Amino acid sequence: MTTIALPRGAALFERNARAHRSHFLIIFSGFFEPLFYLLSMGVGLGHFVGKVPGPNGELISYASFIAPALLATAAMNGAIYDSSSVFWKMKYMKLYDSVLSTPLGPIDVAVGETSWALFRGLLYAIAFLTTVSVLGHVHSAWAVLALPAALLVGFAFAGMGIAGATFMRTWQDFEFLNLVQLPMFLFSATFYPLSVYPGWLQVVVRCTPLYNAISLIRGLMLGVVGWYQLVNVLYLLLFGAIGVRIAERRVGKLLLR
Amino acid sequence: MSYALRSYEFWLTFYRRTWRGSVATSIVNPVFYLGALGIGLGTLVNKSGTTPDGVEYIAFVAPGVLAATAMQIATNEAMWPVLGSIRWTRGYYAMLATPLQIRHIVFGHQAWMATRVVSSCAVYLAVIAAFGAIHSPLGVLALPACFLIGVAFSAPMAAYSATLENDAAFIVVNRFAVIPMFLFSGTFFPISRLPQVLRWVAYLTPSWHGVDLCRSLTLGRVDWGLAVVHVAYLAALAVTGLVFALRTYRRRLMK
Amino acid sequence: MNAAAELPLVHARGLIKRFDDLVAVDGIDFDVQKGEAFGFLGPNGAGKSSTMRMIGCVSPPSGGTLRVLGLDPVKNGADIRAQLGVVPQEDTLDLELTVRENMLIYGRYFGLGRKVVHERAERLLEFVQLEERLDSKVEPLSGGMKRRLTIARSLINEPDILLLDEPTTGLDPQARHVVWDRLHELKHRGATLLLTTHYMDEAEQLCDRLVVMDKGKIAAEGSPVELIRRYSTREVVELRFAAERPPDDLAARIDGLARRVETLSGRLLLYTDDGDRTAERVHELGVQAQSTLVRRSTLEDVFLHLTGRTLVDE
Repeated sequence: MTTIALPRGAALFERNARAHRSHFLIIFSGFFEPLFYLLSMGVGLGHFVGKVPGPNGELISYASFIAPALLATAAMNGAIYDSSSVFWKMKYMKLYDSVLSTPLGPIDVAVGETSWALFRGLLYAIAFLTTVSVLGHVHSAWAVLALPAALLVGFAFAGMGIAGATFMRTWQDFEFLNLVQLPMFLFSATFYPLSVYPGWLQVVVRCTPLYNAISLIRGLMLGVVGWYQLVNVLYLLLFGAIGVRIAERRVGKLLLR
Repeated sequence: MSYALRSYEFWLTFYRRTWRGSVATSIVNPVFYLGALGIGLGTLVNKSGTTPDGVEYIAFVAPGVLAATAMQIATNEAMWPVLGSIRWTRGYYAMLATPLQIRHIVFGHQAWMATRVVSSCAVYLAVIAAFGAIHSPLGVLALPACFLIGVAFSAPMAAYSATLENDAAFIVVNRFAVIPMFLFSGTFFPISRLPQVLRWVAYLTPSWHGVDLCRSLTLGRVDWGLAVVHVAYLAALAVTGLVFALRTYRRRLMK
Repeated sequence: MNAAAELPLVHARGLIKRFDDLVAVDGIDFDVQKGEAFGFLGPNGAGKSSTMRMIGCVSPPSGGTLRVLGLDPVKNGADIRAQLGVVPQEDTLDLELTVRENMLIYGRYFGLGRKVVHERAERLLEFVQLEERLDSKVEPLSGGMKRRLTIARSLINEPDILLLDEPTTGLDPQARHVVWDRLHELKHRGATLLLTTHYMDEAEQLCDRLVVMDKGKIAAEGSPVELIRRYSTREVVELRFAAERPPDDLAARIDGLARRVETLSGRLLLYTDDGDRTAERVHELGVQAQSTLVRRSTLEDVFLHLTGRTLVDE
């Protein structure tokens, strides 16, 4: 029998890395999106917003407030973007049909694709965090932990994203994904503190995955760290694990019938 | 023109199968944006004392997002559907095998893109009105303005799409042109906040002309001289785009 | 070799595949021996691909017994797949990679070392005559080249069994012959081939033994020659008519001239052992056919006899 030393999904990771070599500009450009948002909203609009209360009530600049949220959102969007490529690979390129005719199984596909999404997310997080700290919006050494945190956020959404992609029938269905993604982006205390909302709405927002991601990274980057971040971590771990599980099942169900 | 209508009919038929997602998006997105930025973020802006243009923030940002939406729908409709009709579904070739000619294909598809832009913007405008953020009856004219913005983006974009081999360029265009225009041409804050050099760059973007035109209409603060400049600029872009589209389509499809 | 060598590589008894309320494969039995080229012949929808997918361990059987290399596909899927080469009906080449990379990455899926894969990739691409397109992208390749690349790719793990699902469907005649040529070469080297096809010439060319499938069941089994001998005659006379249907009374008039007569759209087939003699007698009767053709019997005739339908829609 063939011996398989590495996790078998590793071959899929290598495949993605090779496939993206010619798309360097696309990967590279991904970094600019959060930066543009930071400059536009944080700096341009920030003038009109003034200081806002941070997680512990201390007043901070608007750019420092939204920078962590943009990092979290970038991690989410990156993971979801990659999962839309899973849809393409599955439906049009029939990539997994060939993968599954080798010793690899659905779980290897889920692991391989997720780890690729995470790797890209990590690259973006490093670039963004470096830029933000140069611009002076990092306020604590805890911010180093924002990197693994961004990775965790990527994991949380990658699994769910791939799972979601397996339910898509056509490209048009991705509009429905947008219907989930956009409100999360806009309403998860990204651009203004939770305190703007009435009490019941605050509870609802606290339950969303992106809010937990933002809360975690904001706490780390601003140096306001407490047990609540632990709750965020557990939430994201669980969310991601469920996603990967669903993704594995769906890939199996769709392709191994 | 009736020939172009036949091509238009193709897109309409195609859309009938897939309209649910985009209708939901075009109604819900404006509500989301206005809720989050106009009301949520607006709370902070209004509290701070200085608001852009001296109006409550929602009245400032809503027309900006309206124009930006016209831009985004138009560019997107001129990206994948155009390249797809050449490379993947080959729908354009199917049309060419009938009495339709290049110009009918171009105009029919452009008319369809404009339909998508105008219908979505009409919904958007209604939502803005419901939020009480339209300050003048002139606001109604923002709809034809959106039509103009739409064609000013969809025609040049389609002309470009017809020259491509794959869709990699779309992501780059989105990230280095569409999103910066969305963020920096007066949508969320006046471009007077930009450094001098960037301000001049912003003046050159069609999105700034679109945003400023729409905003002047919904706020009822129209400087007619400037408005003529906006309209002329966008119209020139639209016409140039159509001329180029005719050329690139012909070169691509008739070779 | 020990006794295990005599066990069939693929063994199926009462094999069933159901999709909701559609029965795609309806209780079939067959064995494939080592070194054999075994074919599934049948029209689209006969259950050939479903059978192949079950053997390829990417589709769990709904009933019956299936053993591949002595193992159970449901429990030991990954182990079996490690020893299989699969050429699917539609090419599943990786369009984002080059020809060489397609080979490398596919080899990596099998957990093969880089050096081994490199060396095999070069050799196999030479074997399928693609050595000049090593660094080309996949998309601009012709249909025949893509097919050959898929075949080369399926050999990267030096499989014990090669599964080919309609290997030449959609190829032009020249490209088909190149593919057949490569498959013959593999056969000579002792490879075990399992293939599906709806072309009788392909089955006659490549298969040592085959089963004729229809509506999920096996209608007949044997070598091409055996099947023709058993279910057809040595020769066939084809009478072609300009009209959609041959004259109604014709079949009755020529009854007795042949062992069996089939009426098709615009054609009449007379099954006989001496085609020229039969053709002569038909003409003596004064039958006005647009053209008359005497030919050898083919698997097409076997299929027609077994099911009353032609194999490939004309």
